Amino acid sequence: MKNPKENIIEIKQIVKSFVDGDKVTTVLKGIDLEIKRGEFVAIMGRSGAGKSTLLYQISLLDHATSGEIWVDGINVTDMHEDERVSFRLKELGYVFQDYALLPDLNARENVAVPLIMQGYAMEEAYQIAEKTLVRVGLGHRVHNLPSKLSGGEQQRVSIARAIAHSPKILFADEPTANLDTESSAMVLKIFQELNAEGQTIVMVTHEDEYGDATDRVIFLKDGQLSDER
Amino acid sequence: MPKKNKSLSNTNIWRVAFFLAYRQIKRASLWTTLLIIAVMTLTFLNLVVVNGVLVGLIQSSVEAQRERGTGDVLVSRLQQKNQVEKSQEILSVLHNLSDVTVVSSRYTASGNLNADYRRKLRQDETPNKVGANFVGIDPIIEDKITGISKYIVEGAYLQDNDVDGIIIGANFLYKYTPIETAGFQTLKDISIGQKLKLTINGNSKEVIVRGVIKSKVDDNDFRVFMLGTELRKLIGRTDVNVDEIAVKLLPGATESDAVRVKQLLLNNGFDESAKIQTFIEAQPKFLKDIAATFGLLGDMIGSIGLAVASITIFIVIFVNAITRRKFIGILKGIGVHPKAIEVSYIMQSIFYAVTGSLIGLVLLYGFLVPFIDAHPINFPFSDGILYAPYFGTFVRVILLLITTIIAGYIPARMIVKKNTLDAILGR
Repeated sequence: MKNPKENIIEIKQIVKSFVDGDKVTTVLKGIDLEIKRGEFVAIMGRSGAGKSTLLYQISLLDHATSGEIWVDGINVTDMHEDERVSFRLKELGYVFQDYALLPDLNARENVAVPLIMQGYAMEEAYQIAEKTLVRVGLGHRVHNLPSKLSGGEQQRVSIARAIAHSPKILFADEPTANLDTESSAMVLKIFQELNAEGQTIVMVTHEDEYGDATDRVIFLKDGQLSDER
Repeated sequence: MPKKNKSLSNTNIWRVAFFLAYRQIKRASLWTTLLIIAVMTLTFLNLVVVNGVLVGLIQSSVEAQRERGTGDVLVSRLQQKNQVEKSQEILSVLHNLSDVTVVSSRYTASGNLNADYRRKLRQDETPNKVGANFVGIDPIIEDKITGISKYIVEGAYLQDNDVDGIIIGANFLYKYTPIETAGFQTLKDISIGQKLKLTINGNSKEVIVRGVIKSKVDDNDFRVFMLGTELRKLIGRTDVNVDEIAVKLLPGATESDAVRVKQLLLNNGFDESAKIQTFIEAQPKFLKDIAATFGLLGDMIGSIGLAVASITIFIVIFVNAITRRKFIGILKGIGVHPKAIEVSYIMQSIFYAVTGSLIGLVLLYGFLVPFIDAHPINFPFSDGILYAPYFGTFVRVILLLITTIIAGYIPARMIVKKNTLDAILGR
């Protein structure tokens, strides 16, 4: 057995099927994968290949039909929902394709929510949030509601929220899909800087040039790993 | 950035819940918030006012019975006796009590009043005549206790030297009570100054109608008042005993004050000579029954009000939560505990209920109660007030709050327990 400390993520024979009446569709067909601490990994493939589904399983947003998932040495496969919520809060960070910001909260509050949930005092949470927003180049937008921010700015708030609590792994699901070239480049640059500081990043993308910027690219085809470079 | 190792405690759940609820309310549409609060205010008023008016109908009768009839303590004859025995001793004890302000002695007797006594009736003709309860009083003292002179609707109140005068209760006159049945007769075409023949125990006297009393208290409106000295003569009373003693205590006296005075009389052994009742005990049974019935009716209507309130809150929170399903999913996705999300919706429900109730309370005690007290609703049998005791209202606020919490929690729970990923992806 491998030393789990060496790999931050280990997945073994992951299968994910969806049942719709009598019809069973298997999207992930027994995937084995290991991701090392500090790696920047891109998952690529055609639409319907199962990239996002794989990301949801690793990031504990969904339950696999079978197989095992280990994160930082912990078997998270059968974790109870409450434990999963707590694990996501403390150890993982998410950047969604459509930013997924809360419309009632301004940029600083959006970033502060997970920190407050972790037990940080309000002032401390706000300080960390502001610092993180400065880091992603939004120091001047802390009091703006999402509706007053551009797509690129919203995605940077989303990144700030995902990294403010220094997660062990940062997951990003097509983070540049809705952005123009300039904003996409900015997002990718932030990811590269974070990775340079040791942040493990797992990103789903379908754009080759962004895959080139990562340490490793994993290709998925019809629910199976097809290639790696 | 240094990572803190904080535990996921209940305190954090409450803090995040408040954080989310506060901002959601603060940044919600002002008009939507005002509309929800208005609905909650009306629901609260529906809960308290409908019940309050129903109970107030009877409560005003109960209070009128005390103020215009029995006084705070009523001493009357025992069932098997013809009079209140040891009347003078009882009166003496009462006069010496510091919290007794006025004591009115009354004589009572049954007899009849005849308006057709001066002409010969045809064989098929029914005489214009009624059976009645006669009450002999000292008009000045009686007025101090019951204030009945205020309820003379025609003519004038009795003078203390008017040996022939009577005040007749409105329920004996067809003009005021147009009912004619085999068991209930009324006098027709009676006017002020008209002479009637009064007969008690075979003794007759010609009396003059001085006034008509209509006080919405049956003890007055089904009685004929005259001087006590004249009634004593008619019933042939030779001793010093009376038939009723109405006692008025200091202003603001409560039921417990009345109980204390009653107990003092009982301690003197007067329970063997007379029936001693507080104003509560002296209420007619029908009044107690109607009060209980209206109370029940009020509670039933109140329950419907509560159901309406809970459905209103349920819909408000459900619509709010369903339109934010995606954001609820995101919150769960980034690690916000589902309980924090549920509590945030409960907090919003509580905000709407408490704000609505507070505005309702201000309207209730700042405007409605004083206004209706000053301008009672004129019902045929009572002057309707809005009966809203603080404790009862407090209980209703608590009930509304509990209902609101449940009605806010259920839809929030329904949405929060949905699969996180489905909620985020809008599946």
